[in-house]
Amino acid sequence: MKYQLQLPLSQEAVSRLRIGDEVILSGSMLVGRDQVHKRIVQSLIDHGTSPVDLVGQTIYYMGPAPAPNGQIIGSCGPTTASRMDPFVPDLLRAGLTGMIGKGPRSTEVAEAIRSARAVYFAAYGGCGALYAQCVQRIELLAFEDLGPEALFRIHVRDFPVITAIDPLGDQIYTV
Amino acid sequence: MREDETVQKIEQLVYERLLIAGVELPEDVHAALRSAAAGAEDSVILQAILKNLEIAEQTRLPMCQDTGMAVVFLGIGEELSVCLGDIRRAVDRGIARAYTDGSFRKSVVEEPVFQRTNTGNNLPAVYHVEIVAGDHLSVDILMKGFGSENCSSLRMLNPTAGEDGVVDAVVSIMRAAGGKPCPPVVLGVGIGGTSDRAAVLSKKALLREVGSTHRDSRYAALEQRILEAVQALGIGPGGFGGEPTALGVMIEQEATHIAGLPVAVSINCWADRKVHIELDREGREL
Repeated sequence: MKYQLQLPLSQEAVSRLRIGDEVILSGSMLVGRDQVHKRIVQSLIDHGTSPVDLVGQTIYYMGPAPAPNGQIIGSCGPTTASRMDPFVPDLLRAGLTGMIGKGPRSTEVAEAIRSARAVYFAAYGGCGALYAQCVQRIELLAFEDLGPEALFRIHVRDFPVITAIDPLGDQIYTV
Repeated sequence: MREDETVQKIEQLVYERLLIAGVELPEDVHAALRSAAAGAEDSVILQAILKNLEIAEQTRLPMCQDTGMAVVFLGIGEELSVCLGDIRRAVDRGIARAYTDGSFRKSVVEEPVFQRTNTGNNLPAVYHVEIVAGDHLSVDILMKGFGSENCSSLRMLNPTAGEDGVVDAVVSIMRAAGGKPCPPVVLGVGIGGTSDRAAVLSKKALLREVGSTHRDSRYAALEQRILEAVQALGIGPGGFGGEPTALGVMIEQEATHIAGLPVAVSINCWADRKVHIELDREGREL
């Protein structure tokens, strides 16, 4: 199936998604990768809260290249999702709904996605120039010291992804 | 060869070629992708990759946000008398300028375990210096992305493992990589030497043209066998199944010890970005 969906994702929209569905996303998403995940989970352990509200949110595993003069963002394709696997159950418990990255996930992540009725989308690996065309705004939310790995929010329009783990816990990749 | 002029020329060439390499694929890799896409018109991923390359070329944005760590091979002709320090500094300056002016991501951290502070200029690069026959000076650079590099691996096989052992080792490394390294991949296979040397050879193999044939027919046949075995894994573009899983397999081999058969595999993503510069004794580019 093909869908056009608004971010943040509604629970109803998520529940219809199945692996292989091509989805065009528009709206706002969080952006964070390895160190952001480590710090969010540390904050959940230390203070019981995340530095940013995760409820219903979708997070994109990405660290952008710098924006050339006058442009909104630089090249900004997905990074390998499996490196974030150990952090996924904690983020889902804190209310996260969607993840965007590239490549297969562990069976533990697929199971966590099933129990949370969440979703993992694959973006096209290596296609950073293509995704830069979809970004309309970027704001820094936290962890500025991490440079390109900081926590951002981006507003996107017509951002293409493929449903890679659906709310039934099925995975498009053979692991 | 006026040495200071040559050193300046190397810096400028490294700078200019890297600016292009981050944005446009070399013709051998682009041709392999086009031919893969022609054979799989329904592949959403291959079509997206070709569209991404068009957008990159028009906007001059890097094709991928991971503009990699620079792996540099310096080939020094044994008849040349050069100051390696000057050459290395020139290449470093060319890299730092290109990563800044090209809006490439600076992805290098100064220390791996504790603070992981970004060095801010994508240096240091990884250097390999080789003394080669003749009077030419060559600089080859891989912009090595790390989604694929994290899937690179080494196997120390028994000396009797032979061709079958080598094929099985590469296939098992690629199977473990699955959809992670942005397939269709390019595989550099280093065979022989010691564990460290095999790893360097696997990077050196990536310098060769995709689709080129090994100079030794036995190894050419082995490349073909590995390529077929890897395609049969069916990982496919983006890891979503189908073909191709790999655009090419290149082997570099060297002498090894009676007790061993090291096999290293460097996996590169489809964004197989590389630069080749070669100067003659007079500093003229070839």
